[in-house]
Amino acid sequence: MSSAAPLQELFDRGRRGERGALARLLSVAEAGGAQAAQLDALCAAAAAPRARSIGITGAPGAGKSTLTAALLGVARNADQRAAVLAIDPSSPLTGGAILGDRVRMHQAAVDEGVFIRSMASRGQQGGLAQAASLGVRVLEACGWPWILLETVGIGQVEVEISGRADLVVVVLNPGWGDEIQANKAGLMEVADIFVINKADREGVAQTRRDIEGAIAARPGGQQIPVIETIATRGEGVPELWQAIVERHAALDASGELAVRRRARIAAELESAALSALRGRLAAAMAAEEGVRLRERIASGDCGIHEGVATLLGNIVRD
Amino acid sequence: MTTAPKRILMAKTGLDGHWRGPTIVARALRDAGFEVIMVGMVTADEVVRAAIDEDVDLVGLNIGGHVDVAERAIAAIREARPELPIFCGGVVPPWAKKRLEEKGVEVYPPGSQLPEIVDAARRLTRWQAD
Repeated sequence: MSSAAPLQELFDRGRRGERGALARLLSVAEAGGAQAAQLDALCAAAAAPRARSIGITGAPGAGKSTLTAALLGVARNADQRAAVLAIDPSSPLTGGAILGDRVRMHQAAVDEGVFIRSMASRGQQGGLAQAASLGVRVLEACGWPWILLETVGIGQVEVEISGRADLVVVVLNPGWGDEIQANKAGLMEVADIFVINKADREGVAQTRRDIEGAIAARPGGQQIPVIETIATRGEGVPELWQAIVERHAALDASGELAVRRRARIAAELESAALSALRGRLAAAMAAEEGVRLRERIASGDCGIHEGVATLLGNIVRD
Repeated sequence: MTTAPKRILMAKTGLDGHWRGPTIVARALRDAGFEVIMVGMVTADEVVRAAIDEDVDLVGLNIGGHVDVAERAIAAIREARPELPIFCGGVVPPWAKKRLEEKGVEVYPPGSQLPEIVDAARRLTRWQAD
C-alpha cells in the first residue's frame, strides 16, 4: 500500500473499473484493521448486482488451479467476465507464503475480462483467508459478476468454503476411493458438484461409484452432478461450466440460495467477531492484569475457570 | 501487531526453462516472511498485469539470458507502475548488468548469496518481518 489516496476515492475508482484501484482495495481488505472495516462499510452501502460466487476445493494436487484456468476460458467464450481469488497457505512459522496458482493461469491472465488475485491464508484455518469474504464483497462491489474462490488444498474437515460461496465444486481424482471414505463427513457433504479431474487416468468408473454411493444418502443427492474433466486439455470443462450455471440457477429458483446467503451472514459475523475477540484476548493476556492473573492461578489463589471469567470481564469492559 | 507481509512477484522472462534459481530464491523470501507470487515464464504483458492485479511491492525477474525480453518487461512495468522496485537474477552478462543498473534495476547474478537477496528485498520494500 503505497498510495495515500483516501479510501472513498480509491473505492470509486475501483467501481469505475480501474484495475489498479481494485487491486489496492484488495490489499486494504487483506491488511485488516480500521481501513478494512471502512472498506467493508463502503461495500455494504454500494448498490451492486449480486455476484455469483463459486468455491473450488479439493485435496492438494487435484488440479484446482488448472481447472479454474480452464473454467475462465470457457466463461470468457460465453462472454462472461470472471474474477478469481486463489488462496494458498501461509507458513505458520514465518508468515511467509509461496502463491503458485497463477503459474497455471497464463492464457487468462492478460484478458481484460479476467481478474486474478492470489491470497495467502495468513494463519486462517479452514482453507480460506480471513480477508477472502471481504475480498469477494469488494469484487462484487466493483462489478465482477462471477467470482471463483479457489481454496487451499484441503483434507477432510476444512470445509469453511461451504459457508462462503454460493455453490461448491469439489475436485477429486480417479483412484480416490479411500479418500472418499475418509472424507464422507466433510468434503462430501458440502459439494454441489463433483469433478473427477485427470479423468484420463485409471479408476474413473470406481471413483464415480464411490462418489455416487457417498451422496446417495444425502437429501437431493441424485441431483448432484458428477463431471469428468481433463483440465489440462480442457475436456469436460464446458460441461462443468454448464453444470455450474444450471445448479446456480436452480438454487436461486428454489430459494436455497437466499437461505445460504443468510447463513453466510451469520458465519461471517461470527468469524469476524471471533477474530476481533482473539485480538483483544491476546492483548488482555499480555497486559499487566493478565500477567497478574496467571500468577494468581499458579499460586493456587484462583482456578482456571475463575480466571477465564475475570479475563473475559476485562475484554468486554475494554 | 506487525504490518501485513510484503508481496513480491517472481517471474521468468525469456525462453529458458530453468526454474531452480527462482524457486530457491522464492523459498528464501518466503522463509523471511514475504508472500511470493510465482507466475512462471511470462510475456511483458503478463508481468505487468500480474504486478497490477496482485498489487505487489516488488518484482523479481529471472533473466534467462534474453536481456532484451527482460528490458521490454521492465519498460512495461515502469510505464504501468513507475514507483515499483524491480530486481533481477539469472544469467545476466556484465554489459547487461550495467545497463539494467542504469535503469534503477538491482542485479543479482549467479553466485549472489541468498541473505544478500533477502536483504535487498527488505530494503526495496522497506519492510522488516519480525
